[in-house]
Amino acid sequence: MATVEARRVSKQFGDVRAVDGVDLSTREGEFLVLLGPSGCGKTTLLRMIAGLERPTGGEILIGGQVVNDLPPRARRIAMVFQSYALYPHMSVFRNIAFPLKAAGMPRAEIPQKVEWAAALFGIERLLERKPRQLSGGERQRVALARAVVREPAVFLLDEPLSNLDAKLRASARDELQQFQRRIGTTTIYVTHDQVEAMGLGDRIAVMEGGRVRQIGTPAEVYDEPADTFVAGFLGSPPTNLVEAADVLVGFRPEHFLPREAHTDGGNLTTLPFHITRVEYLGADRILYGALEGRFEGARVVARLATTVEAKVQAGRTQDFAVRARELKFFDKVTGLRTTARVP
Amino acid sequence: MTHGEPRRRASWVDRAEWLGPLMIGPAVLYIVLVLGVPFLLALYYSVSDISMGSRTLGFVGLKNFVSVVQTIKFQTSLKNTFVFAVVAQVLVMALGTVLALALARDFRGKWIVRLLILLPWVAPISLGTIGWLWILDSTYSVINWTLEAVGLIGPDGWYMWLGVPWLAMGSVIAIHVWRILPLATVILLAGLTSIPHDIHDAAQMDGAGFSRHLFQITLPLIRPIALVAGLFGLTLAFTDMIVIFVLTRGGPYDTTQVLASLAFFTGIQGGDLAEGAAIAVFLFPLLVAVAIGFLRVARRAEVQ
Ligand SMILES: Nc1ncnc2c1ncn2[C@@H]1O[C@H](COP(=O)(O)OP(=O)(O)OP(=O)(O)O)[C@@H](O)[C@H]1O
Ligand SMILES: [Mg+2]
Repeated sequence: MATVEARRVSKQFGDVRAVDGVDLSTREGEFLVLLGPSGCGKTTLLRMIAGLERPTGGEILIGGQVVNDLPPRARRIAMVFQSYALYPHMSVFRNIAFPLKAAGMPRAEIPQKVEWAAALFGIERLLERKPRQLSGGERQRVALARAVVREPAVFLLDEPLSNLDAKLRASARDELQQFQRRIGTTTIYVTHDQVEAMGLGDRIAVMEGGRVRQIGTPAEVYDEPADTFVAGFLGSPPTNLVEAADVLVGFRPEHFLPREAHTDGGNLTTLPFHITRVEYLGADRILYGALEGRFEGARVVARLATTVEAKVQAGRTQDFAVRARELKFFDKVTGLRTTARVP
Repeated sequence: MTHGEPRRRASWVDRAEWLGPLMIGPAVLYIVLVLGVPFLLALYYSVSDISMGSRTLGFVGLKNFVSVVQTIKFQTSLKNTFVFAVVAQVLVMALGTVLALALARDFRGKWIVRLLILLPWVAPISLGTIGWLWILDSTYSVINWTLEAVGLIGPDGWYMWLGVPWLAMGSVIAIHVWRILPLATVILLAGLTSIPHDIHDAAQMDGAGFSRHLFQITLPLIRPIALVAGLFGLTLAFTDMIVIFVLTRGGPYDTTQVLASLAFFTGIQGGDLAEGAAIAVFLFPLLVAVAIGFLRVARRAEVQ
C-alpha cells in the first residue's frame, strides 16, 4: 500500500496546457475522486501518475519516492480504462493471468490467483469466454479483476462506469466502494459525474482548466465551495449567484424556500421572488424566476422538496428566504471565497 | 402530377432490387469480359491442340499436361516457382512487419519516410525493374563498383549478379521483395493503427516488456490482416513474372524460370498455345486451395 503525491505537476501538449501545476496528495488507503468538466485534464493527470505520460513539469511521488523516471510496470500501479481495454484475442482467464505472467509468477501458482480475483467479482463462470462474448457490466468486472490480481499498491480508475446503463451504474458503484473498503488500496478515481463523485469519494478534488480548484470531503466541497467554479459545478441545479455591490452572493436552490417554510426561525434573509415557471419532478419542485426589490432581475432557481407544503404558483411574486449562514460570499474579480459582507 | 406535391409512388430509382443490380452491373460485366472469358478460354486451350497459326481447336484431354509435366524445364520451373514465391513472401512479411512497427511510432519526418517506402509501389514496375537491371549489370553494376570502392572485392572479383544461378535467384527474389514490400507494409500498418491505443496502454500497465507486448498483444491482434496480406503476396508471387521477365528472362539456364514465365515463353513466344495454357493453369487448383485456407484462418482469427 502506498500514497500518491503530485508536486506542481504540469503537462503541455503543444500549446495546450492540459494540466497546470497540480498539487495533490492522497492518504493511505484513501478513495480520492478527481472530478471536473470534460477536457479539464483529469485523464492526463491520471496517465501521468500511471506513467503512461511524462509530466513536462513537477514531480510525482508514489510511496514517498519520486517516480518520474520509472516506467509503469515499476510503479506497482494498476489502471482500469474507460474502454476497459481487455485483450480481445484472449479468454477472460488469460486476460486476468496476463499481469501475473508479466510479473514472472511461477506457472503453477497462476490459476489459483486468477480464481481468487475472479471470485472477488463473481465472474468465475466467465473464465473461458472471450471479451466480445461479455456484457458491458461483465467486461467491467473482468477489467477490475485484471487490475487487482497483482495486488497493486495504487489503483487508478478512469470513468470505469460510464459505459454502463444508469441502473447497473448504481449497483456497480456500490460494489466498487465495498470492494475498495475491503482491500483498502489507495484509489484515484476519475469522473465527470458529480453524483458518482459525492457517493464514492472519501475526498474529492475538483478540477477545472488543468488546475485543482478545491480538495475536500464531499460535504466540504458541497457546503463550503472554495470559489464560484466549485459552487457552480456541484449541485443540480447549481448554486445561485447574485451580484451585490462588490461581492457575489451564493446560495443553494434547496436553501431558498418560501419564508413560511422556514419553521425553525433563525436569522433569515428575505428576498421577494417572482416565479416564472414550476417544474414538477416527483420528489422535488424546481422553481425558475427572478428576484425583485434590492436585486431586481437576478435570475435564480429554487428547489423545494415535495414534502415542503407551501403553495407556489407560476406568475406570482412571493417572499422567499435563505438562512443567513447559508449565504456564501465570493470575490467578484477572482471568484474566490471571501468573508461575509452584509450588503 | 402537379408541381410542389410530393410524389407519392417511389420511382424505380428508389427500389433496391432494381438499383442494386444496375449499379453493380458494369463491374460484373467488366470482370466477366476481362477476367472470366480469358480464364475460361485458357482452361479450354489447356485441353485442346491449339497452336499459333493453326486453325484447329480439337479436344485432346489431359495430353498437354502429361507431356508438359515430363519435361525437365517444367520440373525446374515448378521447383523455382516454389522457392521464389515462398522465400520472397516470407521475407516480405518479416520485413513488412518490422517496417510497419517502426512506422507506427511517432518520430520526426515520419511522412517523408512513409513516402519513400511507398515509392516502389507507385513507380511503374517495369521502369523500376529496368533500373535494377542497370544496377545489377555485369559491367556497370553500381553495387560492384561500391563494393570495390570500399575494398570488399578486387577489380577482378566483380559479381555477375544475374549471370550466376544462385546470385540470379537471389537478385530476382530481392527485387520482387523490394517491389511488394510497400504494399505489405501499408496493409500491416493499417492493421497496427486499428488497434485501440488503450490496449497498448493496458499492456504497459500490466507490466509487459517489449517482447511480451509484441508477441502476445500486437502480433496476434494484426494476425487476421497479416494473413490477408500474406495471401495476396503469395498468390502474386506464384503468378507474377514481370521481375523475372525483365531481369533474367528465366536464365541463366532456366535457374530463375518460373511457371508464369515458362507459360509465356512456351505459349506466346514459342507459339504452342495449348501447352502454354496447360502450364499457366497448372497451379490454379493449388492457388485456390491456398486462398481458401488463408481465408478460413483469417475468419477464425476474426471470430475469436
Ligand atoms: N495527446 C494529446 N495531445 C494534445 N492534446 C491533448 C492530448 N491529450 C489531451 N489533450 C488535451 O488536454 C486537455 C485535457 O484532456 P483530458 O483528456 O485530460 O481531459 P479529461 O478531463 O479527461 O476530459 P473527459 O472528461 O472528457 O475525459 C484537453 O483539452 C485535450 O484536448
Ligand atoms: Mg478523460
